[in-house]
Amino acid sequence: MKSSNTRKPPRLRAYLSIFRIRFLGSLQYRIAAYAGIVTQFAWGGMTVLLFGAFYRGGGRFPMEYPQLSSYIWLQQAFLALFMSWFFDPEIFELITSGNIAYELARPADIYFIWFTKNAAIRCSKAALRCLPILAASLLLPKPYGLSLPASPLAFIMFCVTMALALGVIVAFSMFVYIAAFYTISSLGLRMLALALLDFFTGALIPLPFFPEWLRTAVELSPFGAMQNLPLCIWCGHIAGAEMWKSFGLGVFWLVALVTAGKLWMARALRRVTIQGG
Amino acid sequence: MLVELSHITRSFRVARRDAGMKQALRSLFSREYTVIKALDDVSFKICEGEIVGYIGPNGAGKSTTIKIMSGILVPDSGSCVIDGLVPWKNRRRHAENIGVVFGQRSQLWWDVPVADSFELIRDIYRVPEADYKKRLYELVETLGLSEILRTPARQLSLGQRMRCEIAASLLHGPKLLFLDEPTIGLDAVSKLAVREFIKRQNCERGTTIILTTHDVRDIEALAERVLLIGHGRILFDGTFQKLLAEAPGAENPEQALAEVYRKYEIL
Repeated sequence: MKSSNTRKPPRLRAYLSIFRIRFLGSLQYRIAAYAGIVTQFAWGGMTVLLFGAFYRGGGRFPMEYPQLSSYIWLQQAFLALFMSWFFDPEIFELITSGNIAYELARPADIYFIWFTKNAAIRCSKAALRCLPILAASLLLPKPYGLSLPASPLAFIMFCVTMALALGVIVAFSMFVYIAAFYTISSLGLRMLALALLDFFTGALIPLPFFPEWLRTAVELSPFGAMQNLPLCIWCGHIAGAEMWKSFGLGVFWLVALVTAGKLWMARALRRVTIQGG
Repeated sequence: MLVELSHITRSFRVARRDAGMKQALRSLFSREYTVIKALDDVSFKICEGEIVGYIGPNGAGKSTTIKIMSGILVPDSGSCVIDGLVPWKNRRRHAENIGVVFGQRSQLWWDVPVADSFELIRDIYRVPEADYKKRLYELVETLGLSEILRTPARQLSLGQRMRCEIAASLLHGPKLLFLDEPTIGLDAVSKLAVREFIKRQNCERGTTIILTTHDVRDIEALAERVLLIGHGRILFDGTFQKLLAEAPGAENPEQALAEVYRKYEIL
């Protein structure tokens, strides 16, 4: 059947569709969201109080206590965006079973489809969980709660660098998926990625608290852009020239990771078509 | 000539190992491989508008041929041209020409309504909106999907899911349709409905169909022409009646087919 000679819709529409459908689909999982909110709130509270004890003990700290509290609460509110341990089991299943080959029977760019899917799931989970935590932490008494952003520019850049952080995290996750093409079990990879990410992104201990030399190194790496950058921008810890520099560096990492990922995936897929899955 | 395969050959390396601890340890250092020839000099041509039944015992090479024709596997040697394209070389353009229903795999996203999956397929295949609407309407009508469009795929029965899969594969109006076990697990009513639909699709739209199935009744109902493959070779290429004639003593088509398999020593 010949189709009419109308112009074909742009490829981008497919990715927007995937994002929308995956985003809406994930909103169904409300019980998990409630559980997550409670967990994150508890964790945030504990961490803020824990640091409070350290601050009361005196000494020099890289950030003011109210800044740190904001950092922690934002980290918890948007945990779903930043988390290191989320990996789509469907994708691993596709790879280990060899069914990935059948995905190639469609005119789709698998890299971007997986990228969009991952990003959509993270956004969806974050959307469900962030508002209650943000609202509650804004209402907490001054030094323990979330403070407003350092400036309007800080807020705008916070939003921009959050989007950037999402991109960098997902681009990094793609390497874990692609590596699964070469190993039988992905479990070891996932644990490795988890450990690396948790530590170097500042999820366990905020990056400003790292020893100077380590902090500089990490902030030059893609890990610095994965959550630390937006969080520091909000609370004013990174501002001015340093902010623009870090932003530029983050964009560089996003482009570099996506390019490397695409190239590597093309090689892995070639292997699939030549070896037979 | 829509499909033309010439001298397609494809082998696989399969690791082999005897049972036992010693063997398991040894395999850590050196692996033993056997080479299995899945396809051995396979050639055939298919014209536009044909319905071809591609049959053979398990392990004969059917899936391998289909994978090569879909562009997801590269043969060791030989050529394959479908609608002027080499499947594995022009994968994306070729994918827009073909529709696939691989029995065990699902094209639908399992936790969102079927209609959403359809829209996603429309976007992936970049089907113009007007064409999509028209085709969707036709498919929904003829396959009886109006009740289940808003149901997530995971809540569908197998029969319903199969009909949705078939619709999904035709949304972009492909010239060539690969159906792999389309009626497997379906109840009698659904089987008849699916067969009827396939026939109509071929009659009214001229869609070329390659059907792999173990269900002899499917072949009987649909395929004018049958390709029999065994041990990687094409052993028979002709009408189903002619194939049945090779086993004159059989009481029903299943027996006839078994007889033919034995005759060709592929079972």
